[in-house]
Amino acid sequence: MGKLDDFGRDHFSLFGLTQTFALDTALLEQRYRELQAKVHPDKHAHLPDADKRLSMQWATQANEAYQTLKHPLSRARYLLHLAGHDPRVEDNTAMPMDFLMEQMELRESVADARVERNGELLEDLHERLRRQIKAQHGALAEDLDGRQDFAAASDRVRQLMFQEKLLQEIDDALEVVDA
Amino acid sequence: MALLQIAEPGQSAAPHEHRLAVGIDLGTTNSLVATVRSGMSVVLNDDQGHSLLPSVVRYDADGQVIVGYDAQTRQAQDPKNTIVSVKRFMGRGRKDIAHVESMPYDFVDSEGMVRLRTCQGVKSPVEVSAEILHALKQRAEAALGGELTGAVITVPAYFDDAQRQATKDAAKLAGLNVLRLLNEPTAAAIAYGLDNAAEGIYAVYDLGGGTFDISILRLSKGVFEVLSTGGDSALGGDDFDQRVYCWIIEQAKLAPLSPQDARVLLTKAREAKETLTNRSAAPITVRLGSSEYVDLTLTTEIFAEITRTLVQKTLSPVKKALRDAGLSIDEVKGVVMVGGSTRMPQIQRAVADYFGQEPLNNLDPDKVVALGAATQANLLAGNRAAGDDWLLLDVIPLSLGLETMGGLVEKIIPRNSTIPIARAQDFTTYKDGQTALSVQVVQGERELVSDCRSLARFELRGMPPMVAGAPRIRVTFQVDADGLLSVSAREQTTGAEAHVEVKPSYGLSDDEIAAMLKDGMNHAADDAFRRALREAQVEAQRLIEATQSALKEDAHLLAQDERTAVDSAIARLQSVVIGDDRRAVDEAMSVLSKATEDFAARRMNQSVHRALAGKKIEELNP
Repeated sequence: MGKLDDFGRDHFSLFGLTQTFALDTALLEQRYRELQAKVHPDKHAHLPDADKRLSMQWATQANEAYQTLKHPLSRARYLLHLAGHDPRVEDNTAMPMDFLMEQMELRESVADARVERNGELLEDLHERLRRQIKAQHGALAEDLDGRQDFAAASDRVRQLMFQEKLLQEIDDALEVVDA
Repeated sequence: MALLQIAEPGQSAAPHEHRLAVGIDLGTTNSLVATVRSGMSVVLNDDQGHSLLPSVVRYDADGQVIVGYDAQTRQAQDPKNTIVSVKRFMGRGRKDIAHVESMPYDFVDSEGMVRLRTCQGVKSPVEVSAEILHALKQRAEAALGGELTGAVITVPAYFDDAQRQATKDAAKLAGLNVLRLLNEPTAAAIAYGLDNAAEGIYAVYDLGGGTFDISILRLSKGVFEVLSTGGDSALGGDDFDQRVYCWIIEQAKLAPLSPQDARVLLTKAREAKETLTNRSAAPITVRLGSSEYVDLTLTTEIFAEITRTLVQKTLSPVKKALRDAGLSIDEVKGVVMVGGSTRMPQIQRAVADYFGQEPLNNLDPDKVVALGAATQANLLAGNRAAGDDWLLLDVIPLSLGLETMGGLVEKIIPRNSTIPIARAQDFTTYKDGQTALSVQVVQGERELVSDCRSLARFELRGMPPMVAGAPRIRVTFQVDADGLLSVSAREQTTGAEAHVEVKPSYGLSDDEIAAMLKDGMNHAADDAFRRALREAQVEAQRLIEATQSALKEDAHLLAQDERTAVDSAIARLQSVVIGDDRRAVDEAMSVLSKATEDFAARRMNQSVHRALAGKKIEELNP
C-alpha cells in the first residue's frame, strides 16, 4: 500500500479530504475525477516526453489513492497506517470464538453449496455475508473516527479481511456454477 | 535538399495549426481509418470509394506486396502467400491458434510468436499487420494532404500485453506515431456516448471477425469510466464461418480438401452466413477443384443450431463482467452492439434475451470503432475544441502476476484496475554475493503459472553483492495508459539501480524490430535515413512549440537564470532543426528537455492545485 506520495502528501489531502473512515464517497469520486481531468495521460499526449512521464506518475498516484480510499477495508488499513498502528495481518490470527464459529459454519455451507452446484444457496450466503460486512463498516467508523480505539479497529480489520476472502470464494464458486 | 519553410525566430510556423490525426480500427477481417473533419468524425475512403480495407496481405512472387481487395480476390489461387485474419496470430505461439490444422499457411516452428513462410521470406504477424497499417496511413495522407502527427489504434479490450505490444510494434514498423492504443469497445462507447449524450451504465457487446469483448461503462458528465471488461480474444465471426465450413464438409461428405478448395469453401461459408443476416435460407453451390459438387441449403434454424455453443460462449464473459462491476442486469441502461458479427440474428436474439431489452443498433457496427478512435486521436493530438473536454478512464483486462515458489502465481495487479497503475514488490537474494535475479511475469486469472500466459522474463543484473537475504530489490511494475507493462528495479539499501533486461515470451525483441525497420519493410521509397531525420525534425518542432506555449502561460514559475537556460536551449534547437544532422537535433532536444524538466513538474503541480483550489478542508466537514 502506498503511504505518502513523492510530495509527502497523504491520500486524503491529495483529494482535499479530512482523514476519516466515514467518507463522503460521492465527493471522493468527484475530486478524483477533477484531478484526473488535469493529470491523465490523455491530456498530455501532445506534449513532450517529460510531460507525458509526469502525467503518468500523477495519474498513477491518483488511481492508487482513489482505490485505497474507495474500499472500506483498504481505507481502514490506511488510516491505521497513518496512525502508526500495524494490524499485523500476516502473523496475528487471534479472533473471538463466536466470530470464528460463525465463519466456520458459513464456510462449510459454501463448500456444500459448491459441491451441490447450488447457485441459489450461494447467492443467499453472499447476501448474508454482505450484511455482516456492512455492519463491520459501521463499527469501524466508531472505532476509528469516534473512540479512536486503534487496537479494536485492528481486530476488526483482520476479521474483515477474513470475511472478504470468503466473499471472494463465494463469487468464485458462483462463477463455476454459472459456467 | 528541399527548401524548408523557416518561420521568424520565436514564432512557430503556424501556431494554431490543425494537427493531422487519425483513428485506425485494425480488424481481423476489415480495417478502417477515420479522422475528425470540421468537428465531425468521418471514415476515409480509398480512391474507389471503399471505406473498408480487407485485412488481407498478399506477397507476390515478383516482390510486390498487395493489401486489401486485390489481395482478397487472389486468396483462393495462392492461399499460402495470401494472409487473412493475421490479427489472430499477433502475440501468439503456434499452439495458441485455433483451427491451425485447416489453415493453408506454411507456419515456421519458432519459439515465441508464430511466423509464416511466404515467397518473400519468413514474415512475423507484426510485419504483415504493418503492411495493413501502412496502406491505411497512405490512404489517410493522400486524403488529408499531409503527414500524420499520430494515430490512435484500437485493440480488443481483452488483448493481453503481448498482443498489445505486437500491435504497437506493427504501427512503429509502418511509420506511425502511436498516440494511444485504445480498447475497441471503449472507442465505440465514445462514439455512441458523444452522439447520443448518453448517461448511465452501458454495456458494449463487441463481436468482431476474430475477437469478442464485453465492456461495462459508466457514462456521466463527460467521463467515460470502464468498470469492467471481459471477453475471448479468439472468438469471432471466423469461428461461425468455421462451423458452417465443417457442416458443409459433413453434409456433402467431402474427401480431404486441397488448400485452394478449403479457401473456396470457407469463402462460401462466410457468404452463406452473411446471406442469413436478412434471409431465412442461403444456398451453397460450388464445384471444387477435386471435381466434387456441393449443393446445399443452410437455413437460419440450422445455422443457429450449429453455432449455439459459440453464442453461449459469449454470454459467460458478459456475466463475469457484470459481476466484476458489481452490477445486476437491470442496472444496464443500454447495450451497444459493435462489430460486423453482431448482425447475425441469433446474436441479436441472445443479447436481447439476456439483457431483457432490445440492443442498440443505431450506429454502423463496422465503423463505430474507427469513428470513436478518430475522436480520441483528435483530442490527443491537441486539437481541442470547446466541449471536447471529456475524460476516459480505462482498465487492464487481465491480472498481472509473478511466478513464486512451486509455480504459483502471486497477483500484483488485479484485472479491471484503472490504468495507469503501478505496484511495487520487494525481492531478495537466496545466495551470498548474488548479483542477478530473474522474475517471470504472467497474465491471467489462474493460480498456476502453467495455466496463465507468460509475458516475459525480467532479468535484474548489476545488483551489489551482499549476504543472502540482505538486499531489498524493489521491482516496480507500471502499466501505462496503453495497457502496456514496463518494469524497473532499484536496490533499496544502496539505492543502486538494477538493470532490467526483458525477454518477451511472445513478442519481438528490440533488436528484431530494429532489423525490420532497417529492412525498410520493402517500401523502397521510405528511405530509412530521411525518415528518421524527418521524424526528429517534427518531434523537435513539437517540443519547441510546446515549450513556447508553456512559457507564454507560466513563465512566472521560472527564475531568471532558469529562463535564460530554457531560452538558449530553444535557440540552439531552432538553429539545428533546419539542418540535416540528426544527431545534433537529438542532442539539442535532450538539452531542452533537461532544461524544462523542473518547469514541467512545477506546471503540473500548479495545475493540480488549481483543480482542487478553493476547497478548504474545513468546509468539507459535515
